[in-house]
Amino acid sequence: MAESSTTTKIRRKEDASLLSGRGRYADDLPVPVGTLYAHVVRSPHAHADIVRIDARRALAHDGVWAVLTGEDVRKLSDPFLAAVKTPVQQWSLAVERVRYVGEPAALVVAESRYVAEDAAELVEIEYAPLPAVIDPVAACAKSAPLLHPQAGTNEVSVREFRYGDTAAAFARADRRIAMTTTFPRLSFTPIECYVVVARHNAAGGSYDVTANFQGPFSMHPVMARALRVKGPKLRLRIPPDSGGSFGIKLSVFPYIVLMALAARVTGRPVKWVEDRIEHLVAASSGPNRVTQIEAALTNDGCVLALRLDQLEDYGAFLRAPMPGPLYRMQGAVTGAYDIAHVDVINRVVLTNKMPASLIRGFGGPQLYLALERLMQRIAVELDLDPLEVIRRNLIAGEKFPYRAAAGALYDSGDYARAVEIATGDGRLDELKRRRAAARAQGRRYGIGFAAIVEPAMSNMGYLSTLMSKEAREKAGPKSGAVSMATVNIDPLGAVTVTADVTVQGQSHETVLAQIVAKALGLRPDDVEVVLEMDTAKDQWSIAAGTYSSRFASGTAVAAHMAAVQMREKLKAIAAKQLNVLPADVELSGGKIRSRSNPDNALPFGRVAATSHWSPGLLPESMAPALSETAAWTPQELEPPSRDDRINTSLTYGFVFDMCGVEIDPVSYQVRVDRYVSMHDAGRILNVTIAGGQIRGSFAQGVAAALYEEFAYNEEGAFLTGTFADYLVPTVSEIPEVEILHYESPSPLTPLGAKGLAEGNCMSTPACIANAIADALGVADVTLPATPRRIHALLERAGATGKR
Amino acid sequence: MRAVKGDQKTRIALTLNGRKLAAEAEPRLLLSDFLRHGLGATGTHVGCEHGVCGACTVLIDGVAVRSCLTLAVQAEGREVRTVESLAAPDGALNPLQAAFRDHHALQCGFCTPGILMSFTDFLARNPQPSEAQIREVLSGHLCRCTGYANIVEAIKEVASSSHAPRSEG
Amino acid sequence: MKPRPFDYVRPDTVEEVLALLAEHGDEARILAGGQSLIPMLNLRLIEAAVLIDISRLAELDTIRSDGGALEVGAAVTQNKLMAWPDLARDFALLAAGLPFVGHFQTRNKGTVCGSIAHADPSSELPLLLAMYAGEVVLRSQRGTRAVPAEDFHKDMLTTAREADELVVTVRFPHPSDRRVAFREIARRHGDFAIIAVAAAAGANGAVTLGVGGMAGRPMTRAIAARDAASAADAIGQWAEELEGYDDLHASAAMRRDMLRKLAANVVAEVAQ
Repeated sequence: MAESSTTTKIRRKEDASLLSGRGRYADDLPVPVGTLYAHVVRSPHAHADIVRIDARRALAHDGVWAVLTGEDVRKLSDPFLAAVKTPVQQWSLAVERVRYVGEPAALVVAESRYVAEDAAELVEIEYAPLPAVIDPVAACAKSAPLLHPQAGTNEVSVREFRYGDTAAAFARADRRIAMTTTFPRLSFTPIECYVVVARHNAAGGSYDVTANFQGPFSMHPVMARALRVKGPKLRLRIPPDSGGSFGIKLSVFPYIVLMALAARVTGRPVKWVEDRIEHLVAASSGPNRVTQIEAALTNDGCVLALRLDQLEDYGAFLRAPMPGPLYRMQGAVTGAYDIAHVDVINRVVLTNKMPASLIRGFGGPQLYLALERLMQRIAVELDLDPLEVIRRNLIAGEKFPYRAAAGALYDSGDYARAVEIATGDGRLDELKRRRAAARAQGRRYGIGFAAIVEPAMSNMGYLSTLMSKEAREKAGPKSGAVSMATVNIDPLGAVTVTADVTVQGQSHETVLAQIVAKALGLRPDDVEVVLEMDTAKDQWSIAAGTYSSRFASGTAVAAHMAAVQMREKLKAIAAKQLNVLPADVELSGGKIRSRSNPDNALPFGRVAATSHWSPGLLPESMAPALSETAAWTPQELEPPSRDDRINTSLTYGFVFDMCGVEIDPVSYQVRVDRYVSMHDAGRILNVTIAGGQIRGSFAQGVAAALYEEFAYNEEGAFLTGTFADYLVPTVSEIPEVEILHYESPSPLTPLGAKGLAEGNCMSTPACIANAIADALGVADVTLPATPRRIHALLERAGATGKR
Repeated sequence: MRAVKGDQKTRIALTLNGRKLAAEAEPRLLLSDFLRHGLGATGTHVGCEHGVCGACTVLIDGVAVRSCLTLAVQAEGREVRTVESLAAPDGALNPLQAAFRDHHALQCGFCTPGILMSFTDFLARNPQPSEAQIREVLSGHLCRCTGYANIVEAIKEVASSSHAPRSEG
Repeated sequence: MKPRPFDYVRPDTVEEVLALLAEHGDEARILAGGQSLIPMLNLRLIEAAVLIDISRLAELDTIRSDGGALEVGAAVTQNKLMAWPDLARDFALLAAGLPFVGHFQTRNKGTVCGSIAHADPSSELPLLLAMYAGEVVLRSQRGTRAVPAEDFHKDMLTTAREADELVVTVRFPHPSDRRVAFREIARRHGDFAIIAVAAAAGANGAVTLGVGGMAGRPMTRAIAARDAASAADAIGQWAEELEGYDDLHASAAMRRDMLRKLAANVVAEVAQ
């Protein structure tokens, strides 16, 4: 178990460069002489057949090198492999048909981006519009327009799961309470858009691509297969800095393939920098979900069983690694509650919207909106205190480690204690006082709660839960999640760390330096961390990348292990030179010394030098190089069981939120008055960085609750195509949050740390929705709770004042 | 009268961070692109190219403006300052930069240069602003990582200390 | 998102500007602050063969108050007007409304005249000009004319400016109002308003109300605010007449509702 000296405040290694304009983001890097620039021609139609593409005028434009169409792409590449086997095919450009507004239909390559955009206006594409379907429920109807006629349905995957004896629990229940929730479409739109620079070497038949891809690297084989090359022939490099990701930068992958093809066609390096308009209309979205949820209850509010019917809308294509969000929470579908019986139906539907993919929270926000809204409804309908309903159903502290009904192994926690702390010190009393005072004045004020389990480090096998057990047996087991890190020491004792993560602002350099320095008795400043990635030279597995909060439970552990391996090696080397037993050696303060006689010491660098300069002096059987790589995969991440139980993640943190909101009677804005967020993320690795991650996640949770939504009209036109319509909150819209910590270290990792950066994306939308429901006395709260929606709710209640 | 045809490249000279520089550009070239790809000053970032996100904010004659809403030719002969000018030549951070580091006011750092330049202008004009004024100016920037709270704290610290950020350069 | 090609001209005098406008007519666009123009060019939403950059014309970068009116030249930025020393004392409603215009960074470059000439129905400066019953001074080689605000703003993004005319100044007459108020509702701070409401109360107790975001142009009305109930009736009637419109952020009904409440608030504020 790590000691808490790692929680001291330290300065980030990343900051000096980033604050001085010396970052190295993808668009900052030099490109080869002769690089061309691409611009994507996009569909203005939600659904249409491509009748004809005439690129002659564009090709005649000065400075234009090539125009690629779906036909070129079909000739030169294969459709992307998908996680779910369906007859749906997708290439990097639309082939024969477009299925969402913004879908890439052609690519212009020219001497500059400006010229490419000029020529794009000259590409003539004749479309034959088709009826579009936007609503996920409508898309399931037999009469709905089919996006992929060869699939025969838009509902391309349906799986039913039974955990426990739900029917019996419902039969014996005093009450049943049901509701339907809809989680909206949104993205967390990093401020840096996608960037790809691709080169093709015709002689070697290889591609060399730099892109701000975030992982997981399970997508690398998908890209290589699409390009019809073996993995090593697609060298993918990730720049050292990235301007945010939040899951979104996985979906640069089709453009990696597209630009690689453009480089092949033109014989020149091709660069593409996505602009904001492209990003909003087509980059990526979280999936929207319609959940029907029902609880079997005792009269005192104990949940005996749950039924969930989750219909998730992935837009026009089901791209790998989708439908991840529908399955990432599968093992933990009962959330923070001790519910032994649960039935789940998972449905995947396709509609004429941009394809959905990774997004921070990844399935959690959708699940918890349903589950936590249900808990609030239970309180209302049974006339109980909503907090009391939560308390009665929380998993008791003595039950940890706790095996949830659907298979998750919750490693540690004391949820009731965390709730008690959060609501204590007068915090809840203050909220209630403020609500009472507001209501006494006729104002609309409500209190909301949310209690959620935050998973981290995904089991790479969870998606196979969507296959039947027979299919799983045929395909072979999938499980685990490898994390890798390497510690190197140079001839003068300087330490360098590399690891299988992509940088995107989470302070990985700082934390890895901290962890490795601690193991080696050095200062964090003594450790260099190099996190740019190169698939040709760096260690990686399919699990590599930065997503699903895998850093604290995964890569950080691997770095710790590599550092410990290195420490043991240095001890053995030093023992010989100090004439003591290895067990008597310690590393401290930049020295390697005898524990029993600290004066018997060698500088760290001196010992390190031995391996470089005098490998012959090393202890027998020791490999000479000072390079240690550790790979860590926890055994708890097992494949799905025969009865579909799955431990979807390694660690499970806990978040309890409560808030007070007030509805402005004039503007219909929801104002968050007070917000408290309690986190149990196990051992906190760095309290400053943890706070930063939580605040960022909270801001995105508020955004999802109140501001951000990709809006389409019924015909599929995209209505939120600029930052003037797609509302990213500014400082004025983000309320204060009081952050509390309770630490239940994970027994499953050497550092005891869990993930914490996704929790508020999961809890905050539900918590605010519950507070709005309380403020307005309504059951049906649609997110984001925009003034327009609040006004409509009040109109229905006849409460907007005189007309 | 300065006149440039649309298809004609012209030499645009300006002072960037105290150094006189020039490069060729068409009239339609945005200042953001000119700085980054014409003059090699990649510290200024591009986030939306329609004036909302603020990542590309630079100083022209000391005044904070969106470089994506400025043509390169408009900056001709002007003094342009970007984030690269803030630290001392030996790399030492100025008080505003240091406050950002000390308050963990940045994560990915992509929006940060624009915010630093806005407040370089604003604090020079208003060395001791209220928190409300700080928030008002900060609302001209989008940050997706931090939730803004630590940025406000960092700027408050600079504003409450006696010195405004260094304005040479 | 890069603009289409255009010719760029930076004249040294207003006379040269007028000659260029006479030559190019509606093929030309005036570039002052560019805070509305350049986004539209970047998005390729509008055509412009020639951009005429007036931002460096010192003769247009002037603020004059002759006692009768405040004259703001076409190159004056919004922040420059905000910083004009006597603004809060002499033009309290302008001082109250200007902080709602965009953000600090866009006000540094965006001009007062440019916003008025752009004529977005929910932007603040056209509303403020209407509230002062101000006028827009237009010059061309044919001559100079002053157009009252209510005639200048015709509809959404549509004004009385002829293709060869330059907005050289806008004039805000010195107000006789004693008390003023400005409020707006926007989704986010600094966004275009859903609706913006201004009120000014004269010495005789008459209140002038103005609203942006309800119609294709800012609208004003004199309200007899004898008591809250009669003011509310008058406002309610006005809201029904204006109807409002639907967009992503608000329905017409919601706009009417917001107008009723916000206008009642500002009337109460100035009637104290």
